[in-house]
Amino acid sequence: MKTRGKKISRTVAYVLLTIYSAITLYPFIWAFFASFKPYSEIVKVGAPLIPHTFSMANYQYIFTQDPLFPKWIINSLVISIVGTLINIVFNSMSGYALARLHFPGRNALFMIILVCIMVPAQILLIPNYLIMKALGILDSYSALILPSAVNFAYIFMMRQFFISFPKELEESAQLDGLGRLGIFYKIVVPMAKSSIATQAIFVFLAFWNDFMRPLLYITTESKYTLTLGLQSFQTQHGTQWNYIMAAAMITILPIIVLYVLLNRYFMVGMRIGGEK
Amino acid sequence: MSRAERKKELIQAAVFVLPTLAVLLVFTLFPVVYAFYLSLNKVNLVGNVSYQFVGFQNFINAFNDSRVAEALWNTAKYVLIVVPIQTVLALILATVLNSGIKFQKTFRSLLFIPTLTSSSALTLIFMFIFSLNGPINSLLMDLHVYTQPINFLNDQSTVLYAIMAMNIWSTVPMFMTIYLSGLQDIDSAMYEAADIDGANMFQKWFKITIPQIAPVTNYVVMMGLISTFQLFDQPYIVSQGSGGPNNSTLTLSLIIYQYAFRQFGTMGYASAIAILLTIVIFIISMVFRRFSSEDITGEGR
Repeated sequence: MKTRGKKISRTVAYVLLTIYSAITLYPFIWAFFASFKPYSEIVKVGAPLIPHTFSMANYQYIFTQDPLFPKWIINSLVISIVGTLINIVFNSMSGYALARLHFPGRNALFMIILVCIMVPAQILLIPNYLIMKALGILDSYSALILPSAVNFAYIFMMRQFFISFPKELEESAQLDGLGRLGIFYKIVVPMAKSSIATQAIFVFLAFWNDFMRPLLYITTESKYTLTLGLQSFQTQHGTQWNYIMAAAMITILPIIVLYVLLNRYFMVGMRIGGEK
Repeated sequence: MSRAERKKELIQAAVFVLPTLAVLLVFTLFPVVYAFYLSLNKVNLVGNVSYQFVGFQNFINAFNDSRVAEALWNTAKYVLIVVPIQTVLALILATVLNSGIKFQKTFRSLLFIPTLTSSSALTLIFMFIFSLNGPINSLLMDLHVYTQPINFLNDQSTVLYAIMAMNIWSTVPMFMTIYLSGLQDIDSAMYEAADIDGANMFQKWFKITIPQIAPVTNYVVMMGLISTFQLFDQPYIVSQGSGGPNNSTLTLSLIIYQYAFRQFGTMGYASAIAILLTIVIFIISMVFRRFSSEDITGEGR
């Protein structure tokens, strides 16, 4: 009786999860197949999900007929990669200082950082626009990178990591005559690899997927990021879903590749998120 | 520690925190103060930026602005519908996923895909899904729910609900993942004891799972409230920044954007609304962090 009940509830669990996964993935699967279909096939009532013939025409159109699209890909790549590298270095260094070094105002700085994690973007957007206007960096890569050059949540995460990191290793390195920066880059950073990988992924994702900041701070079309470009592409092409879906696929693909390669770090990151 | 050592460590610390300090001051702390200053002024952007002190007039105007009232109403509706649904759905899915089934990792990995995807790509995909020729219309017409396709995204009575559906769909997996790791931390001895007492699945869920998972729920609800209160990308993309049709997708963030960047002379006014929104979000954070039993510095553990 008991085992039979268990069997039934297990079957129900599989059915529920399969249905929910189907609901979650269907839009992606649909968009993926649509990106290989001509427009007429997409809007045809009752046409099957899988394209009649896989055609690369939509992708070809984007790369040959839209001169800006390749530019947007490059912009997004440069901003996301440079922004992530800067974040890794700065977040780890200040996380380390907050955990290990003694300096006046350390606790105050830590408290300020904790409060800043809670400051919503909305209050910063307008003043930052005016500040960057005064600095003359609006409408440039810097406008997207500089205000996000550090991330307070990840500084906090790195500090937590370094606090539980054994001091002895550093002390013996110090006896060997290594300076603080040497210790940091040769001993501490290699040990923190998985924390750094986790923050790198989520910082990259935030740069790559950001829509609001590029919208506010970038005005020249050739300097758009992919997310903003995608939106303006949609505005220009209205309901030409074949092109729009191919364009959407191009923005999703790099992230999916990253996800498949670095899956375990994504899950670690979610755990940290849950415990924050 | 000797004086020389202390001095050395101070210089080291300066090198390590200076970049953070610079960003903190220039792009976070100063802007907060600046935002308050802006909110008390009429800001003119043409030529050199100029300010005209108006006191609390911007705040008074915000309380008398019918468009702000509409944006507040839309945002509130959105928060009150999306947050409970996504929280309950996430917990149910996490429970099912944690019930000792095979392929747990596969399901979890597949369900994570919306979390990775940019709001602009997601919104465009959903704009098709909800379009006249899209799958939702053809499904509902096949089921004979109605005979004429509905233009969900151009109809003021449906568009906000379509965005809600998209939001719930895309955020549930992320909260499910957070719940899942919380569920895995619950002591299995509690369930075993309940088994001996003959408790059924639902009793165990209500009597053990829900109370034990409360700190995670606290976090999930807080994050849900904060992100839905700030809703911007989806209504912007669907309405191309207008908040239409007929203000039905106008949210607080969207109205701040419009007053700040689409209309001349209302940047100070936009800052005042942004401050009001920030206060709401801050209160939510403080309340939930107070209720949360976890030690935020992590040093207690």
